[in-house]
Amino acid sequence: MAEATQTAQHGNKAHSHGGYASAAEVPLQTRSERVRSTNVADFAPIAPREEQWRYLSASKLNGLDADSLEEFSGDIATKHPENVVTAWVGPEHAAFGAAGMPEDRTSAAAWGSAAAAYLVTIPSDAEADCEVQLTFTSHDLTPSAAHIIIEAKPHSKAIVIIDHKGDATLAENVEILVGDEANLTVVSIQDWNAGSVHTSAQFAKLGRNAKLKHLNISLGGDVVRVSPSASFAAPGGDVELLGVYFADSDQHLENRLFVDHSEPNCKSRVTYKGALQGDGAHTVWVGDVLIRAAAEGTDTYELNRNLLLNDGCRADSVPNLEIETGQIQGAGHASASGRFDDEQLFYLQARGITESDARRLVVRGFLNEVIQQIGIPEIEDRLNQAIDLELARSAS
Amino acid sequence: MTILQIKNLHVTVDTEQGTKEILKGVDLTIRSGETHAIMGPNGSGKSTLAYTIAGHPKYTVTEGEILLDGEDVLAMSVDERARAGLFLAMQYPVEIPGVSVSNFLRTAKTALSGEAPALRGWIKDLRSAMEDLKMDSGFTERNVNEGFSGGEKKRHEILQLELLKPKIAVLDETDSGLDVDALKIVSEGVNRAKGNTDLGVLLITHYTRILKYIKPDFVHVFVAGKVAEQGGPELAERLEAEGYDRYLKA
Repeated sequence: MAEATQTAQHGNKAHSHGGYASAAEVPLQTRSERVRSTNVADFAPIAPREEQWRYLSASKLNGLDADSLEEFSGDIATKHPENVVTAWVGPEHAAFGAAGMPEDRTSAAAWGSAAAAYLVTIPSDAEADCEVQLTFTSHDLTPSAAHIIIEAKPHSKAIVIIDHKGDATLAENVEILVGDEANLTVVSIQDWNAGSVHTSAQFAKLGRNAKLKHLNISLGGDVVRVSPSASFAAPGGDVELLGVYFADSDQHLENRLFVDHSEPNCKSRVTYKGALQGDGAHTVWVGDVLIRAAAEGTDTYELNRNLLLNDGCRADSVPNLEIETGQIQGAGHASASGRFDDEQLFYLQARGITESDARRLVVRGFLNEVIQQIGIPEIEDRLNQAIDLELARSAS
Repeated sequence: MTILQIKNLHVTVDTEQGTKEILKGVDLTIRSGETHAIMGPNGSGKSTLAYTIAGHPKYTVTEGEILLDGEDVLAMSVDERARAGLFLAMQYPVEIPGVSVSNFLRTAKTALSGEAPALRGWIKDLRSAMEDLKMDSGFTERNVNEGFSGGEKKRHEILQLELLKPKIAVLDETDSGLDVDALKIVSEGVNRAKGNTDLGVLLITHYTRILKYIKPDFVHVFVAGKVAEQGGPELAERLEAEGYDRYLKA
């Protein structure tokens, strides 16, 4: 899959990237000009001067910065209804690379290192009760690579839950293809044991009037960096990118989002909320939204809020909105990181609730604002339980 | 019979201009079943008294004591005071995003009684208290105080008063921002709580109008951080006619 970088699309004027040396010296002016390639050699080495690696040093990646990685040797357990088909496919398959291309070094390394991708095909007749579960379990810290493709055929409806558990050093690419008029929910849960490092690039491409709800939950793992991106192949797409994260002491949880509005009349909503507790807890949220000239009628809003429960935590929050047309419905963003509000604590304690229970209630409530939007009670319950466990873990 | 005793209470608060003494020796005794109105002009320290009783960390007690049935209230944490039977209906209730009223009330009731209330009886009590306060049944699904109107916030405070059944309640300007209809509904709630549980009430207010609906047994005029005058209900009538000017000039 080593091939020339490919960025000229959707009427953008063609241009080339002359390798990483120049890219490193001249800051990129527009999000559309970022290097996209399946070839790891096209990317600059991981260093703090690279915008994408400002907050995360190569030394924390436990070897995921290497040019080539082992294939993921852990288990991928799958549960799905009969009409859903799973298969291992190679780069010759039409779905392989159809949703997006790597935009950073670990994603490119993973692309070249995973010889086959695990393809989940959701047929057109799948109804709302179609639930697919992919559970990654590993007990091996060898730097490794995995590639998943979820293809929701036109008119299908489904929920796909990707669970990551155990111990791993994993670079992952997840491609999400949402066919015309399809309605897909993807939940990605990162709940690794301490000592794990995980980078995951999740590319979604939406067809005509397609709807995607993507929920990204990062709880466990020393370093977890998820980069969800959404692009549109036709007008009328609707994407909702929701995220919840909870960082403990010395955990680094990073989320880098990109919504590429290249088609008219599409809608995007990004809502990410995170809590931080303990010394050295660090979260990063970068939300890029690009509205290209052709994307008239775009309606977009992105929001990130962080709750810092004590001193010694750090939350970086960087929204970037680039607009190339004035003919849009709306575009906005909001970002705020604040300390725990002692007035909330006082109000709850004044009703007899102990300080630790009051904290739990406030944190859970803060994150619940996102969880309430999932719309699937059993998943909401499951996530609430996971967050409660996280809170209990932090408290002890 | 419960007694709340406030003796020679001095309270300071840290401001940008340095430490400022707000309460300068307050003496008050409230017993079960009694209603005490604390009236006074803005800035006289009425709310400071309310928050100090509840234990807000912003206020520092430099002298004096607060005793609830002989127990040292000042040694208790905020939640311990509530569990001992004190309640503060707040003037500016705080929003708790993502926490539903129903979850909040059940959590508070559980904390106060030491065990989760039996579901059936609890829902019945909740519904009937809400009906009495003319609150819509969908109210419990909303997040605590989020997007509530001024009137809804005050009804929600009184709903808690009725459900949590404290021994002594401090009502901090519960009448502010209420129209006459809402004022009546909220006052009826306080009177029901008094009737049902022999509640002692410390009613803090700037205006006399709430005293038409909640009859005080005692009226204390608060000026410059201490009680300037006290008497029976007739004192409120005099304030209605004369205002606070008499005390401020003195």
